[in-house]
Amino acid sequence: MEFLPTFWFILVAVLWVGYLILDGFDLGVGMLMRGWARNESQRRVILNTIGPVWDGNEVWLVTAAGAMFAAFPLWYAALFAGLYIPLTITLLALILRAVSIEYRGKALTARTRDRWDRCMAGGSAVAAFSIGLMLAVSTTGLPLNANGDRMGGPFAWLSWEGVLGGLAVVGFSLAMGWAYLGLKTDGAPREAAHRHLTRWLPLYLLPMGAWGVVVVSRQNSLIPWVLLALALASALGALMAAGLRREGWTFIALGASLLAGAAGIFLAVFPVVLPSTIDPAFSLTAMNSSSSEYTLTFMAWVAVIMVPIILAYSAFVYWVFRQRLHETHIPESHVVTPV
Amino acid sequence: MDPLDIARWQFGITTVYHFMMVPLTIGLGLVVATLQTMWHRTGQEHYLRMTKFWGKLFLINFIMGVATGLVQEFQFGMAWSEYSRFVGDVFGAPLALEALMAFFLESVFLGLWIFGWQRLPKRVHLASIWCAVIGTVFSAYFILAANAWMQHPVGVEMVDGRPVMNDIWAVLTNNTLLVHFPHTLAGALSVAGGFLLGIAWFHLWKRRRDGIDAVAADGTVLVATTGSKGRDETDYRVWYSSLRWGAWIALVAFLGTAFSGHAQAQLMIQQQPLKMAAAEAACHDGTAFSVLSVADLRSDGATDCDDVVGVFEVPGLLSFLAHNDFTTDVPGVNTLIPQYQADYGTHLPDDPMYGERAGQEIDYLPVMEVTYWGFRIMITFGGLAALAAAIALWLTRKGTVPASKPLMRLAVAGILAPFGANAAGWIFTEMGRQPFVVAPNPDPTGIDQVWMYTAAAVSPGVSAAELLFSLILLTTIYAVLLVVEVVLLTRYVKGGVPAGMPELTQDEHDDDADGAGGGGTVDSDVLAFAY
Repeated sequence: MEFLPTFWFILVAVLWVGYLILDGFDLGVGMLMRGWARNESQRRVILNTIGPVWDGNEVWLVTAAGAMFAAFPLWYAALFAGLYIPLTITLLALILRAVSIEYRGKALTARTRDRWDRCMAGGSAVAAFSIGLMLAVSTTGLPLNANGDRMGGPFAWLSWEGVLGGLAVVGFSLAMGWAYLGLKTDGAPREAAHRHLTRWLPLYLLPMGAWGVVVVSRQNSLIPWVLLALALASALGALMAAGLRREGWTFIALGASLLAGAAGIFLAVFPVVLPSTIDPAFSLTAMNSSSSEYTLTFMAWVAVIMVPIILAYSAFVYWVFRQRLHETHIPESHVVTPV
Repeated sequence: MDPLDIARWQFGITTVYHFMMVPLTIGLGLVVATLQTMWHRTGQEHYLRMTKFWGKLFLINFIMGVATGLVQEFQFGMAWSEYSRFVGDVFGAPLALEALMAFFLESVFLGLWIFGWQRLPKRVHLASIWCAVIGTVFSAYFILAANAWMQHPVGVEMVDGRPVMNDIWAVLTNNTLLVHFPHTLAGALSVAGGFLLGIAWFHLWKRRRDGIDAVAADGTVLVATTGSKGRDETDYRVWYSSLRWGAWIALVAFLGTAFSGHAQAQLMIQQQPLKMAAAEAACHDGTAFSVLSVADLRSDGATDCDDVVGVFEVPGLLSFLAHNDFTTDVPGVNTLIPQYQADYGTHLPDDPMYGERAGQEIDYLPVMEVTYWGFRIMITFGGLAALAAAIALWLTRKGTVPASKPLMRLAVAGILAPFGANAAGWIFTEMGRQPFVVAPNPDPTGIDQVWMYTAAAVSPGVSAAELLFSLILLTTIYAVLLVVEVVLLTRYVKGGVPAGMPELTQDEHDDDADGAGGGGTVDSDVLAFAY
C-alpha cells in the first residue's frame, strides 16, 4: 500500500510540473500582451502563437486538480478549502483570461479590445501568482486541525513563503513566455525575447530558486540539494543557450530546470503533502490522505495508458503548428457587419 | 448568514449557469461535425458555409463553457470539503477520468480544428472536429456518472464510515447514469435544434423582407438567382437547410427526452420515491398526475403538503409514468416521510460535523414549490419547443418562412425554451434530492446504507464571509459575461454567413475555382484563422 500513494504522489507532481511548463508559457505570453507588446499587430502575433494550444495546456490544471481529488481527497479538500480566497481569485483570473483570448478579436472598438487585453495580462499574472502561492503553501503548511480544516480565519494562508511561491511562478512563466516567443516568432518578438532573456533571466528565476532553497534547507537530506543544483545548472544552461540564440535549447533547459527544481522540492517534503503548522501529527501525508487501493490501482492504469496518448496527440498539434509566426502572417482583422 | 445556504446558492447559480453553455456546446458540436461530414461527402458549398457559420457560434459559446467549468471542479474542494472527503474515493474517479479521457481530447483537437483549416488534409481536419465533439460527449458521460452516483450510490462498501469504491464498472454502468445520459444528450440536441431553427428562421425572414426571396402564387419560394456573394442562392440553401435540420433535430430530441425521461421516472420512483412525490405535490398515495395544483393559503400562509389542492388532474397518468400501468398507487408524501424517518432517523446526529445543525429535526420533504414547478416547466418548455418545431416544419414545407414579423420574433424567442427546460430539469432533480447530497436508496440495485446530508457536506473551515465574497464576485462576473456572450452571438448571427466566413466578402474577385481549399487560394503564408 506504500507503493500506490507514492506512485500517485509522483503522478500528481508530474501533472503540476506539466501544467507549469505548458501553461507557464501561455501565462507568460498573456502577461506580455501588455507587459511588452506595444501595438495591435505585436499583440496579435504573440497571442496567435498560443492560439491553437492554450486550451489544451490549461487542461493540465484540470487534470492535476482532478487527480488530487481522486487520489488524495483529503489533501484536495484541505488545500482547496484552506485557500478559499486565493482560489476564488484564481478562478476569476482564469475565466477572464480564457474569455479574453476568444473575445478580444471580436471587439468593435480599440477601447473594448484594450479592456480585454487588460483582462488577459492581469488574469495571467494573477493566475500564475495564486497558483504559485497555492503550491508553495502546500509545501510550507496551513494551520490545520485534526479534521484537516484550516483554523485562523480567511487569511491564515498568507505567509511570506506563499508570496515567494507566487512570485516564483510569475517569474518562471515570464521566462517561459519569452522562451516560447523566441521559439515561435520571427521579427520583433523574437529579438525582444533574446534581449530580455539574456539580461533578465536570472531575475525571473530568482524567486523560484529561493523557494527551492527555503523548502529544501528545512529538511535534512542530500538528494533534494543535488536536484536543486541540477536545476541551477539547467538554468545556467538556459542562459547560455539564450546568449547563443539557441532558442530550442533555451526552452528545453528552462523546462528541465523546473523539472529538477520541482522534483527537489517535492522530494524534500515527501511524504508530507500538506503540513499542519498547528501540530505535525495533523499533517497530511501521501499515505494518510490517499484513496483506497482499489481506486488508486484503477486510476493508475487509466493514467498509465492515457498520459502517453495525450502526450502523443498534443505533440502532433505542436508539430502541425510548428511554423514561426511573423506580423505578415496575420490576416487582417475581420469586422462583422449585419447582412 | 448561514454558510450552508450561501454555498448552496453558489453551487446552484454557478452550475445552472455553466449548464446554459454546456448543452449548446454538445448539441451544436454534434451538428457542426455532421455538417462538415456532409460537406466532405457531397462537396456542396452550402454545407461548408453552414459548418463555418454554426462553427463560429459554437466557438463563441464554447469558451464560456470552458471558463465556467473550472469553477465546478474547484468548488467541490473549496466549498464542500466534507463532501469531498466523504466521497472522494469514488466521486473523484469519474472527474479524473473526465479530464484524462474527455477534456484533453476536446481541447487539444478543437485547437487543431480552429487553426487547421487549409493547413491539414481535409480528412484529418474533419477527424479533428469529431475528436473534439466526442470529447464533449465523453465529458457529459463521466460528469453524469459522478452525478448519478450522488443520486444512486453503487459500487462501494462502507469502510470506517466512508464509502470506498470496490467496483468501478458498477459506477460507470449505474442504471441511473444509463437513463441520465441519453436524457441529457437529447436535451442538448433539443437546445441545438431550437437554436438552428430560430436563427435560420430569422435569416429566411430577412431575405424575404429584403426582397431577395419571393413567394409564388402557389406558395412555393422563388429564390433570386443574383445577389451578392453573401446572399446568393447558396445562402438561401444555408438557411433553409439549417431550419429543416433544426426542426427535425428538435422533434427527434424531444422524443428522446420523453422516452428517456419516462425511464428516469420509473427508476426515480424506486430510488428516490420522495422526489417523485414532491414533483407531484402528492400527499396521499394515488394514480393521478397533477397538471395544476395550488396551495390553499388559508392556514396563515404556513402551507404544508395537505394544503395543496389539485385543480386539474389526469387519472392514472402518474401510475403510468411510474409503473407503466394505470392503477398502481404511487406513494405520497404522507406515506413516505414516516418511512424515511424510520430508515434514516428523525434528527441529525449530535456530531460536530453538523455544526450548529447537530441534533436538529430533519425535514425530508424537498421544497415542493421548486420540485413541482421545476418538473412542470421542464415538460412544458420541452413540449412547446417540439410543438413549435412541428409547426415550423409545416409552415416552411414550400421552401421559406411566412413574412410575418411576430412569427419570426416568436421563432427567435423560442430558442430560449429548451434552455429553460434543461435548467428546470436540473433544478428539479438536484433540489428533489434534498436534504441529501448523496441520496440513500431503498432500491435493491443501489447501496442503501450510503448517504450524506447536505448539511454535513459544506466546508467546516470556510466562513460565511468567504463564501459571500466568492458568491458576489462570481455572480457579478457571470452576469457581465452573459451580456457579452449574448451581444457577440447576436452580432455574429446578424452578420450571417460572412461572419463565420470572411473570405466570402473579402475575396470577391477570387472565383474559388478549386473548391477544395474551402476558402479559395489563400496565401500560404497567411494564417487561415487568427485571433
